Amino acid sequence: MSFSEKTIMSRIIQVALILTFILAIAMFAGLAVGSSFNGFKVMWNIVFFAEKPDPVLSTIIWRIRLPRVLMALMSGAVLSTGGLVFQALLRNPLAEPYILGISGGSAIGAIIGIVLGISRFPGVAAAAFAGSMVTLVLVVVMSSGKASLTKDSMLLSGVVINAFCSAIIMFLISITQSSQIHSIMFWLMGDLSSSDMNQAWILALSIIPCFIVIFFLSHSMNLLLMGKEMAHSMGVNIKLVTGILLVISSFMVSATVADCGLLGFVGLVVPHILRLVFGSDHRILVPACILGGGAYMVICDLLARCIPQQGEIPVGVITAMIGAPLFIFLLKKGKT
Amino acid sequence: MEKAISINSLSYSYGNDRVLSEVSYDVEKGSFFNVIGPNGSGKSTLMKVLAGVLRYKKGRVLVSGKNLTNYSGKELARHVAYVPQTASAEFPFTVEELVLLGRSPHQGMLGINSEKDHFIANQAMDFTDIKALSEKKIDRVSGGERQRVFIARAICQQPEIMLLDEPASSLDLAHQIKLMDLLERLKNETHITIIMVSHDINLAAMYSDAMVLIKNGSVVKQGSAAEVIKPSILNDIFQCSFLVDENPAGNCPRISPIPEKFKGKSSIFKFQS
Repeated sequence: MSFSEKTIMSRIIQVALILTFILAIAMFAGLAVGSSFNGFKVMWNIVFFAEKPDPVLSTIIWRIRLPRVLMALMSGAVLSTGGLVFQALLRNPLAEPYILGISGGSAIGAIIGIVLGISRFPGVAAAAFAGSMVTLVLVVVMSSGKASLTKDSMLLSGVVINAFCSAIIMFLISITQSSQIHSIMFWLMGDLSSSDMNQAWILALSIIPCFIVIFFLSHSMNLLLMGKEMAHSMGVNIKLVTGILLVISSFMVSATVADCGLLGFVGLVVPHILRLVFGSDHRILVPACILGGGAYMVICDLLARCIPQQGEIPVGVITAMIGAPLFIFLLKKGKT
Repeated sequence: MEKAISINSLSYSYGNDRVLSEVSYDVEKGSFFNVIGPNGSGKSTLMKVLAGVLRYKKGRVLVSGKNLTNYSGKELARHVAYVPQTASAEFPFTVEELVLLGRSPHQGMLGINSEKDHFIANQAMDFTDIKALSEKKIDRVSGGERQRVFIARAICQQPEIMLLDEPASSLDLAHQIKLMDLLERLKNETHITIIMVSHDINLAAMYSDAMVLIKNGSVVKQGSAAEVIKPSILNDIFQCSFLVDENPAGNCPRISPIPEKFKGKSSIFKFQS
């Protein structure tokens, strides 16, 4: 796919339109499909003829499915964009949004919250968020000083802190009662089933400013990828740009994890998939990750709900099972 | 006439490690200037200070007549282009995308390319003969081609001064000469000042208008190639025996380091001291 003749703005709009279309279909399906009924015709009528369905259906669609679809959209968008930013900041294709200690810290916070028996939202969410903020500060402090926040020192600090947190998590699990273990496991795998509109609103208000800032720094990310010296000699204020991106991305990922648990695989693989399709320009990749990552998660959540006869598969299973083959397919296609 | 670069008593330390001591020299505008010296002499550090990558505290550096510390990041990037020794390529951009990144110091935050930007990038790619590679990903091009891509990117910055840190060190002999010819042509056509760190003293001698020899962070000798490249100076600095004669291909000195086994056959060779 060669886009080089068109200007960047028209390319961004083109990509955004394609992905918005896919996202719209995914959301439509997400609202139509579910364990109680499949209402494609109902949804069609609602969307195109403004027909009001009966109250039961209405409740299911708007009060149960809509928050869930919105949370899926937002978590997919945040994790994909977060993964993209960390891959650029750390100049490492294996970077993912939890890499700077966020997974360790938030898990400990969440587990403590679940063990104490407080409510999922806002209690456990707040605890998880606090936990990830603590580990973030630890990572920044550990990698400062002589090493002065280089990408390698941040990466190492993040890995070490996550490893240490894993030990604490295993300990906490070992001493909890079996009734709570199920909740903990579901949180650790990522869980969209307890979404509600309050959560969705708060998350949306938190992450939209983050997306805007990240988009404005997308060209700086392109320059950062040439290496620190090159970026500096091109006029990029590296400390400022790195600092802003780090704080903002960590904030939005932590906020998402607080609500949805540790949804895995999305943040690592979706940026790579989009890069294979649309190229390495972050001005295109940032909107692509927001829309494409959101669509991906909505589709995976949909499958997680409708594949099994009863109940649902954890959505993290689906994101990995679809993502891995898709990535390999695109990688092989690119090589020929 | 205003000098391109004027360095006065520049000192730089990495922590407690003194790397540059009281370095002072000038570079004339539009000249081809080489910095030579043994490994670890501080040449790369000097380049990084001039590029604004490292902040110095002691001494004074004037770039195009203005104090280096008074330049903002982007402003300096419009005057000085830096081609470092290594460049990372974890996320492959295409050649054209990379060359266009050189226009960033002239653009806003989002780096939107205007027609003028595309025109300048095309000119730069034509000049460096890489137009045919524009759609290729940077990790798929050869070493010689990659160097030309980075030089094209530097040209897009429209600088007055271009700093190159050992640009030819990983290239074969033919590509080394081609690269140097390209830089010479650039200097002649656009009157840009070229400052280059080089391990290859012969290459430096063939192209430089002036050079400076650095050891242990201090200037040992500066002047024309003929003034700097003398066995009496080089033997001591590099701790090696050199033979210096006239390059048969042109009017410049040529050095040959003498291996152990050839020493003592001095009657056959003519020495210059």
